[in-house]
Amino acid sequence: MQDQALFEYVLRLADDSLILGQRLGEWCGHGPILEEDIALTNISLDLIGQAISLYDLAAELEGAGKNHDQLAYLRFENEYKNVLLVEQPNGDFAMTILRQFFFDAFRLPLYEALMQSPVSQLAAIAAKSVKETRYHLKHTSEWVIRMGDGTDESHERAQAAIDHLWRYTSELFYEDNKDEQLQALEQVPSLKGIQANWMETVKTVLYEATLAIPTNNWKFEGGREGRHSEHMGYILADLQYMQRAYPNMEW
Amino acid sequence: MTQAEQERRFLDKIDREIKIEPNDWMPDEYRQTLIRQISQHAHSEIVGMLPEGNWITRAPNLRRKAVLLAKVQDEAGHGLYLYSATETLGADREQLMDDMHTGKAKYSSIFNYPALTWADIGTIGWLVDGAAIMNQVALCRTSYGPYARAMVKICKEESFHQRQGYESLMKLCNGAPQQKAMAQDAMNRFWWPSLMMFGPSDAESTHSDQSIKWKIKRFTNDELRQSFVDATVSQAQILGLTIPDPNLKWNEDRGHYDFSEINWEEFWQVVKGNGPCNKERIAARLKAKEEGLWVREAANAFAKKRAMKKSA
Amino acid sequence: MSTTQWPLWEVFIRSKQGLNHKHVGSLRAPDATLALENARDVYTRRSEGISIWVVESANIHATDIDDADSFFEPSDTKIYRHPTFYEVPDGVKHM
Repeated sequence: MQDQALFEYVLRLADDSLILGQRLGEWCGHGPILEEDIALTNISLDLIGQAISLYDLAAELEGAGKNHDQLAYLRFENEYKNVLLVEQPNGDFAMTILRQFFFDAFRLPLYEALMQSPVSQLAAIAAKSVKETRYHLKHTSEWVIRMGDGTDESHERAQAAIDHLWRYTSELFYEDNKDEQLQALEQVPSLKGIQANWMETVKTVLYEATLAIPTNNWKFEGGREGRHSEHMGYILADLQYMQRAYPNMEW
Repeated sequence: MTQAEQERRFLDKIDREIKIEPNDWMPDEYRQTLIRQISQHAHSEIVGMLPEGNWITRAPNLRRKAVLLAKVQDEAGHGLYLYSATETLGADREQLMDDMHTGKAKYSSIFNYPALTWADIGTIGWLVDGAAIMNQVALCRTSYGPYARAMVKICKEESFHQRQGYESLMKLCNGAPQQKAMAQDAMNRFWWPSLMMFGPSDAESTHSDQSIKWKIKRFTNDELRQSFVDATVSQAQILGLTIPDPNLKWNEDRGHYDFSEINWEEFWQVVKGNGPCNKERIAARLKAKEEGLWVREAANAFAKKRAMKKSA
Repeated sequence: MSTTQWPLWEVFIRSKQGLNHKHVGSLRAPDATLALENARDVYTRRSEGISIWVVESANIHATDIDDADSFFEPSDTKIYRHPTFYEVPDGVKHM
């Protein structure tokens, strides 16, 4: 039962990383300037790498003899537990950077806390990923500030991205009874503390960027329970294409 | 120093294998030839990201996805090293890219062919990067210093590209019949375009002679093409793939493989913009440039604001 | 044509075992912060370095190639600056 809860917990982390890494991969070859094309791909690579480690751990916890690819590629849509935020389309560069910034600002304190987890494999993944994530947050925060305090156009685009994505941010802190079980065992941190930390980062960066925090707190949730947006089906169609079209083959 | 003396010193350096460096005197035509050749090479790296990039979201497993991302990312890096080399000659990256967008500057015609199946990704790594490496290894000794140094770095990184492609094809060729068929199909489509990558035959090549004298190019197009064919035949045998050329045959006297004449009409049509994907490739690069405009502007504006704040 | 081009920066990297920063190439960036980050992504993808310097290319001053003779040749004749100029008897150690 506890393994089941931990399995689900790790799967959520893995799915977030995979789907966001998949989205960022779409930028490769289309970035606003070569240097930033390379930077976005680096973030994507870090996320795919994290996903592999997390799926490996999830597979071990599940104990059904699966490997990371079977978990990543061969589930139905409602079995993916990523937040809606990471599956949102790339949009313009502002949308991509803000989506990444909101995510990084959540992931960094989460990984920092998970480094203390008594689940040693999880702590080890967190320790490796925390360095990558700290860099991502630095890079995205600086871009949010550059766009917010750049030109009128970049300010408008950044604000529009914030206003749009804000509805998906509360789900980052979604908790259910599985989380509570794990928290009671002190294996994972409470997301309330993470949320306070996240809000602090967001406020600081948006303030420096001269951007406003939306006042409409209407939320969109469902990803953590497997209810996704329309975009998810298309993401999986691409992601799973080869595995579905050519089942049981090695690549 | 008179122009004649400068020219003599320049040629003397070339003779003695001393690299020409950015601030050295050089004939204007040498400079222009380099800018044309290096930028064409840079454009090829950047456009080359597109057919492979198409498959990042569809890579069949996570390891392949990471490898493909890293490879396509390297190509952006290589493009950047090469644009840097052109900038030491006084060229301007944005201007060079605009020349590509308008069709004034060319890029390797191979990237105007579509990547239709996953086997194409392995084949591009093996054949296309293999052909590119053949060219690039020779360029590590090119006479212009920054170009040679960029090439050394690129060659080091490229060898992973070719090996991952070959490894990926190995999996297909040792896999299910559909996988093997997929690999052979990719081979059939990419073989001839890969040979075309070395450019027109020596008899037709307009820039070759002078470039060889200046040691910008160290081998002719036909020499490199022959080396590539010679090196590739046994690699194909190990994979169990058939090279789609009935006339491919070892020639004892020449010590080389003979092969059929390339379809030059196809080559020139693709160069002139009539390949299967020319329009899509340019459109994608133009879109990236235009949609990135406001981002680059914003960063410039922000940098200016901060600099003013600092000095205030 | 647009002029949104970012300034050019020269990149210097010190490798793990390296004693000096070495010039590795250039890139474009709007400011020093991003120049460093771009340099990290462009020039250290394979663990090539543990320290990066960036300098705006416009701020680099170089010797003039035409002055090379007067700059560098005079030192060629001052061979007494090199230890091999001096003879030491065979038995002398640690020198």
